[in-house]
Amino acid sequence: MATVADDVVIKTENVVKEYKMGNTIVRALRGISVEVKRGEYISIMGPSGSGKSTLFNMIGALDKPTDGKVYIEGQDMSELDTHELAWLRCHKIGYIFQTFNLIPVMTALENVTLPMIFAGIPRKDREEKGKMLLEMVGLGHRVHHKPYELSGGQQQRVAIARALANDPAILLADEPTANLDLKTGREIITLMKRLNEERGVTVISATHDLKMIDVSDRIIFIRDGLIEQIKNRDEVDIVVGTVEE
Amino acid sequence: MAQERGIKRQIQLPLSEAVKISFESLRIRFWRSIITTAGVFLGIAFLVSVLAGATISSSVEANRGKEAVDAFSMEEQAQSKGEISPQQIWLITMSLIVCVVGIANSMLMAVTERFREIGTMKCLGALDRFIVELFLLESGFQGLAGAIIGAIIGLLAAVLMNLKNYGLDTFWYFPGLKVLAIIGIASIVGMILSVIGAAGPSYKAAKLPPAEAMRVEV
Repeated sequence: MATVADDVVIKTENVVKEYKMGNTIVRALRGISVEVKRGEYISIMGPSGSGKSTLFNMIGALDKPTDGKVYIEGQDMSELDTHELAWLRCHKIGYIFQTFNLIPVMTALENVTLPMIFAGIPRKDREEKGKMLLEMVGLGHRVHHKPYELSGGQQQRVAIARALANDPAILLADEPTANLDLKTGREIITLMKRLNEERGVTVISATHDLKMIDVSDRIIFIRDGLIEQIKNRDEVDIVVGTVEE
Repeated sequence: MAQERGIKRQIQLPLSEAVKISFESLRIRFWRSIITTAGVFLGIAFLVSVLAGATISSSVEANRGKEAVDAFSMEEQAQSKGEISPQQIWLITMSLIVCVVGIANSMLMAVTERFREIGTMKCLGALDRFIVELFLLESGFQGLAGAIIGAIIGLLAAVLMNLKNYGLDTFWYFPGLKVLAIIGIASIVGMILSVIGAAGPSYKAAKLPPAEAMRVEV
C-alpha cells in the first residue's frame, strides 16, 4: 500500500521544547511542523542558538519534546518504551555529530562494529561488514587505528561508517562539518551526498555551512525556534563552491 | 501498535559481551584505571593495616610472658583475648571513612568523565541496563584488584609495625586465621564499596536521554 504517508519518513507536529535554566525557561523550539520524504537530502540552517541542534535531538529521538509529536516512519515516538526506542536508534537512525563522538578507547573497526554488537550480529559478520563500510568511506587502510591517531576528517568518516552500520533509513547529522577545514568539509558533504544517492538513505543535517546548500533537496531555515522558510535548492540563489582556498 | 509498524524491542546482550567490553576498556585506559584503582587500594591498605595491626599486637600481648603449656590452650587464650582500645576504634572508624570517601570519589569521577561516551552508546542502541552493567563490571574488577593488593600491602605494613614493637614474637603468636579473615572481608568490602560508588552515577547517566548525557560538561 504505497500511500503518501508511507513516503514520509519523519514528521513533526508542532514540536515545542523548553529548557529550564535556573529560574528562567528557555523555549528552544516554539512549534515546529515539518515532513521529510524518503530519500530526501535536507539541510536545517539557522544561526547558532536558533534551535537547530534541539530539533536534531527531537527528530533523532534523543530527547523528548515538551509538547507536540514526532513520528518516525509513521510511529509516534512518545508511545515507545525504552527498549523500543533503543531498537529504533540502533536500526533506523544513524547519527553523526559535530564532535565526531567516537569511543576513544576503540579502534575504527570496533567503533563501526559497536552498533552491530547492540543489534546482536555475530562477530564474523560484523567485522566483515565493518571493514566493508570503512572501505566505502575511504578508510580501508586505517581499520585498526584509534581515533586519536586519525585526523578530524578521518574521524568523521569513521563516524559516518558507524552511522551506516545497521543500514538505517535516516542519516542524521548535527553540524558534521563545523570542526573541519573547508576542503575536508567538502569531502564529507560529497560523501554524504553519495550515500544519499547510492543507498537511498534520507539525510537530515543541521548546519550553518553554506557548502551544504548545494547538495540539499530542500533547506529548512529556522530562527528563534520557529521555521522561517522552507526552500528548494533551485530557489536559493547562493553560489557556493567557487571560492578556492 | 509499535510492533505492527515493524518496531521491535532491543535485545538484551549476553553478559559475556559486557565483560569483554568492560575489560578492554580497563586495559586500554590502563593508567587512568590504575589511578581509580589506587583510590580503592589506599583505603583498603589503611583499613587492613589498622585492623590487622591491632589483631596481631593484641594476640602477641595476650600470649607474651605466659607459660606455654601446650599449643592448643595457647591458641585458645589468644582467641579469647583481643579487645581493642578506644584509640584503635577511633583509628578504624577513620580508616573506614577514608576508604568510603576515597572510593566513592574515584568512582564518581571515573563515570562522570565518560558521560559523552554513555550518550553516544545510547545513540547507537545500547539499553540503559547494558550501560549500568558495563560500569558495574568495570568498577567491580577495579575494586577487587585494588582491594586485594591494598589488603596485602596493608598486612605487610601491620607486620612491619609489630616487628618493630615485638620482634620475632610477631610471627610466633601470629593470629593467622583472624588476619586471613580480615583480608577476605576487606577485599569484599572494597569491591562492594566501589561497585556502590559506581552504581549511583552510572545509573543516573544511563537513565538520561542521550542528548542530555552528551550535553553534560565535566
